[in-house]
Amino acid sequence: MSLTTKELSNTRLEGNSKIKSKTWIQIKRNYELYLFLLPVVLLYLVFRYYPMYGVQIAFKDFTPSKGIWGSEWVALEHFIRFFESYNFWAIIKNTLSLSFLSLLFGFPTPIIVALMLNQITAKRYKKFVQTVIYAPHFISVVVLVGMLNVFLSPNSGMVNHIITLFGGEPILFMADSGWFRPLYILSGIWQETGFATIIYLAALAGVSPELHEAAIMDGASKWKRILNVDIPGILPTIIILLVLALGNIMSVGFEKAFLMQSDLNYDTSNILPTYVYEQGIQKAQYSFSAAIGLFNSVINIILLFVVNRVAKKLTETSLW
Amino acid sequence: MKSLLFKRKSKSDFLFDLFNYSILTIGMLLILYPLFFVLIASFSDPNYIYSGDVWLFPKGFTVDGYQRIFNDASIWIGYGNSMLYATLGTLISVSFTLLAAYPLSRKDFVGRNLFMWFFMLTMFFSGGLIPTYLLIKDLGMINTIWALVVPGAAGVFNIIIVRTFFQSTIPDEMREAAFIDGSTNTNFFFQFVIPLSKPIIAVMVLFHVVGFWNGFFDALIYLNEEVKYPLQLVLRNILVQNQVNSNMMVDVESYAAKLRVTELIKYGVIIVASLPLLILYPFLQRYFVKGVMIGSIKG
Repeated sequence: MSLTTKELSNTRLEGNSKIKSKTWIQIKRNYELYLFLLPVVLLYLVFRYYPMYGVQIAFKDFTPSKGIWGSEWVALEHFIRFFESYNFWAIIKNTLSLSFLSLLFGFPTPIIVALMLNQITAKRYKKFVQTVIYAPHFISVVVLVGMLNVFLSPNSGMVNHIITLFGGEPILFMADSGWFRPLYILSGIWQETGFATIIYLAALAGVSPELHEAAIMDGASKWKRILNVDIPGILPTIIILLVLALGNIMSVGFEKAFLMQSDLNYDTSNILPTYVYEQGIQKAQYSFSAAIGLFNSVINIILLFVVNRVAKKLTETSLW
Repeated sequence: MKSLLFKRKSKSDFLFDLFNYSILTIGMLLILYPLFFVLIASFSDPNYIYSGDVWLFPKGFTVDGYQRIFNDASIWIGYGNSMLYATLGTLISVSFTLLAAYPLSRKDFVGRNLFMWFFMLTMFFSGGLIPTYLLIKDLGMINTIWALVVPGAAGVFNIIIVRTFFQSTIPDEMREAAFIDGSTNTNFFFQFVIPLSKPIIAVMVLFHVVGFWNGFFDALIYLNEEVKYPLQLVLRNILVQNQVNSNMMVDVESYAAKLRVTELIKYGVIIVASLPLLILYPFLQRYFVKGVMIGSIKG
């Protein structure tokens, strides 16, 4: 995204017929580079661009025997069916609640942890803490949900042992729709907070030491320096990441929700991506499911543009 | 400056440090303990796990769980499949990524912006799950290894990261000098660019190995024979769906005992499945951090 303006103006400056032949010479001289790109271009055409063409089945009544092109147009029938279905609002509410709450609790934690880590002067200890907190990032979703299952098991799990130790009753965490969101969010924080600090620590390392020195001279405490030096210093990074996160608000992680989902917590765990999977892959309602998927990605794109525009207006920081 | 840093701490800074170190230490322990608990529980007598007596050390030390796991074919088949998918997938994707990123890093490459947009558009628009699935089906790739290793190869983010690396490490002068000596683009790429790019290749290889090792979704929708399942799908059956292979406990009689052995096996498979990444962890940490840094420069 950063390469555009300068190069565009370069080519525009040179854009007359004499240079045209020069461009052609350059293309011929670098013909190998086009061959380098060829396999990936083909790969993208087939596996990324062709499915975009296939999205039209959302407006058709797709039957495999007739193919994408041969199936009949039904306009917005699938969309209307989805909007009018009894669980439409429940799915939207579940999707939005899950992602907003994840963002609300998951977004600030790495910033806070990075600010705290940045204040640690004992190098070895800092390294050790980093080594430990980055580790869960490498655990697979299957293992993570497996760990939730064993730890939260009502009769053998560690968590319920602690609850009974204090005289409480064992809780059926994984089978309770009220617990789905807290568990989803907390396990996300457990897994990703550490790794997400990397980017903020890098930004903090770029905060000018002179500012800190000046603040120390003025007698500012550590706490004051975090508020007045560190946070303003990493604000652009925070905003960019926030824009990205808000733009992705409708695309909550499918895999964990899917693995945590059961009939018992379906009330809260039924979100757009799992519904697309259920309708499309499990029930083979291809067109209906493609329509829901398309609905989801259109909202995503609109959100990304709106959020980016707002961020640009308010803070002069934006993605493009 | 030094004298400033070593100045006696003010009272508020002392309190801050006390608070800061305590909170971070507690947070770190909250992350570490579940991992540690899985390890000790996998070596403990399941009766103690059930009664809640395992806290800091294995209690009633046993390797029974591991023995059952090692005797189960499905886990080893999954292990083998995952290794195969990870190796082939990484090889394909990393080669394609390097090949695509190099031309895009060259300022004298005509059409660079056009190709960049061609790739980046796919970050905003995509056909979605179902059209992609139908395509894979039409291509006859269902239930083959190709459905796992080809469609997702050479992701946009990786291309951008590698391109950024090339731009910042391969000086234009070097290429010009090599070209004066009669080198071609292909020669230059393989003789100079690749050897200079070992760090980024390491980053890419590790990104991909972890991705393939931990991924289960593509296998879930595209594979339909158990002998082809990668480890994560085998794990899903055991850990999430609670389906432990019955031949893992032919000798276990009562229902209650079966439940206990199942629990032990679950802790064991978590360790067995995570072992390869645990061994790689020192490299993973270093290179993933590097990758995130390069990735955050641009894009």
